[in-house]
Amino acid sequence: MKQKNHMLTEIRRTILLLPAIILLVAFFIIPILMTFGYSFSNLALSGSNARNFQFTGVENYLKMWKDRTVFISIKNTLIFLVGSLLGQQILGFVIALMMKSGNSTFRRIVGPFFLAGWVIPEVVVAICCSTFFANEGTLNHVLGFIGIPMIKWLQTMPMLTVVLANIWHGTAFSMLNFQSALDGVSSEIEEAAKVDGATYLERIVKIVIPCIRGTIATNTMLNTLSTLGVFGLIYMMTGGGPGSKTTTIPIYMYKQAFVSQQLGYGTAIAMLLLVIGIILSVLYTRIDRD
Amino acid sequence: MIKKALSIAMALTMAASLAGCGSSSTTATDGAASKSAESAGTASSTADGKTKLTMTWRDEGNGEQNPLYQWFTQAYETYPDKDKIELDFQYITASEGDYFAKVALALQSEDTAPDIVCEDTFYLPSDVAAGNLTNLDDYVNSWEDWTGGKFYENVKSGVTADGSVYAVPYTADSRGIWFNKEVFAKAGLPEDWAPKTWQDILDACKTIKEKCPDVIPFWCNAGTISGEATSMQTYEELLYGTGEEVYEDGKWVTSSDNILKSLNFINDLFSNEYATADLIYDAESSDNVVNNYLPEGKVAMMLNGYWITGNYKETGSAPWADYAEKLGYAEMPTSEGQAPGNITMSGGWTLAIPSLSDEKDAAWDFIKWCMNYDNYLNAVQLQGVLSTRSDVAADEVYSAQPFVQQATDFLEYAYYRPQNDQYTKVTTYIQTMVENVASGSLTPEDAMAQYKSDVENAVGAENCVDK
Repeated sequence: MKQKNHMLTEIRRTILLLPAIILLVAFFIIPILMTFGYSFSNLALSGSNARNFQFTGVENYLKMWKDRTVFISIKNTLIFLVGSLLGQQILGFVIALMMKSGNSTFRRIVGPFFLAGWVIPEVVVAICCSTFFANEGTLNHVLGFIGIPMIKWLQTMPMLTVVLANIWHGTAFSMLNFQSALDGVSSEIEEAAKVDGATYLERIVKIVIPCIRGTIATNTMLNTLSTLGVFGLIYMMTGGGPGSKTTTIPIYMYKQAFVSQQLGYGTAIAMLLLVIGIILSVLYTRIDRD
Repeated sequence: MIKKALSIAMALTMAASLAGCGSSSTTATDGAASKSAESAGTASSTADGKTKLTMTWRDEGNGEQNPLYQWFTQAYETYPDKDKIELDFQYITASEGDYFAKVALALQSEDTAPDIVCEDTFYLPSDVAAGNLTNLDDYVNSWEDWTGGKFYENVKSGVTADGSVYAVPYTADSRGIWFNKEVFAKAGLPEDWAPKTWQDILDACKTIKEKCPDVIPFWCNAGTISGEATSMQTYEELLYGTGEEVYEDGKWVTSSDNILKSLNFINDLFSNEYATADLIYDAESSDNVVNNYLPEGKVAMMLNGYWITGNYKETGSAPWADYAEKLGYAEMPTSEGQAPGNITMSGGWTLAIPSLSDEKDAAWDFIKWCMNYDNYLNAVQLQGVLSTRSDVAADEVYSAQPFVQQATDFLEYAYYRPQNDQYTKVTTYIQTMVENVASGSLTPEDAMAQYKSDVENAVGAENCVDK
């Protein structure tokens, strides 16, 4: 009898889950598998290969190996990733810490500033930042007041501007994560360390950071995955240029697939992004475990 | 062990979701394209029994002010079968590159394919090869205007692929150097300035920079955002002037002294600050140059097509009453002034019927109506383009337009882009190469090396050649 009940529960559970599973398979698993399949073809958006595409084996992957822009875009992706991660995490941590220490004016001004960057959509962030960094933009006007001549931010240091924009966009997420983690750090341990004569910095480095290690790892992983996929922000601010200076893998993938119209090659580049994502994720989980 | 397996599985799932994000750009573009034509295709008749004709063209953000919008609506007003059809405008506001991608996607489904689509001639071979366009042979053969020699023969050949006609050309064009005569006067340059070599252009730039330091001497398209304009109007306008072509004897030329010479000229313009890279990164800047900077004398020279005069007319987006007197229009010289002395690239836009259109006959009848003498005469004036019909070109109203005679004369030295379905790929690498040089990101040598590897990768090294 008990066995039968158990069976019924199982069946009911499966039925209830079924719609979700079907949706996942139809809109997630199948597209991923198709993407994988297309990456072995010469499918194009237009031209004769749009109608009669063939499977060309690993040709796209060999092509990638010979394509220098692929290496440039990997390099750019890593710079963008490391810059954004460091900026978002350090800034997020520091702000969370300062919020905790409780200067209310600081809390009232800085908190909303970073939350705004997180809450408003990517498109708006991109437009805000390009007008901020434009030659006739806010930043140059402010600098002009103190006598600094105009700097062509978007042209001379495009990577820095997109990284800064992404930091503004993403810091609040890290900040919120760290805030909740910091709340979990037992004040007794901190008190004890204080009594033992540890300085503020020592307490942060030796007590607080080890305590929230798990959050740091999770946060790094989540930020890595979302940063790797950033497309709109860069595309709208610099279009991947000047030249290929801010062409990251997603931008290059888009350009190959939809501008040069080589859908097959574009999907092969998407696979590259997937592989990088997998490698980094596995790496983080290992570090976290150790 | 289980923990380890679990953590790796989780990592994989997260990474997989990333790929989902990555490929989501596919869906996004797809969605945008189908949205712009969502009521097209199958739902071809309206509630009151009229046939619905969906039309797609590229809009530059001017909506009802767009010359094409005006041409089609004005032609529709007098259309004899007005009671039977209804027009559904599904124009796409996008950069040129995005327009082609959206159209290529829209043409692949019955639900999104319009009934009439505006296509650039350089794109026709590619869309014909993809099977996206209707063969118009039967239609044009029973159209007197077409068979009776009203259309220029070279223009006709531009819309013919594999011996069949796939579109009706509605613009022809030529390019040259526009200059502001007031700025030239200040700099002590002649009003009838006519450069004989590229060096003459650089010399004029130098003079302007010295005499009028606030003026930007030269502007040309040089960014990837300008799409085909950068390839055709800047790079090819130079390259073909050295005596070399992009595609020669069935091979793409990917490395040569002449490519380098063309890139060096671009480099000279930008590194000497005769031209500024600030004005090449967004589409807004190029509109600004045409509509404001050149008329205001902030830019002295501009390498651009005849059609910009459309903007300066009363009906245009930047009316300029005395543009005919204030502007000069010089022919683009060959590199060292070698024969034939001048050069222009020529192309144009066409009206085509997608193969998935379900109202082909109605679409053809409306195209014919739009292209008849009166309507087309109106259209060429609205757009400020060269006529593809010789009878319209002979009309007094047409030939009285400023610069039209000059622009037509330029066609004597006209070159056309390769009629090859791979050109749509190659051209995107040309744009990257030019931007790399203009922005100072790469030297001309490195930019050419990258172009070579990009093109070899895209079309196969066996289809490329060094000269």
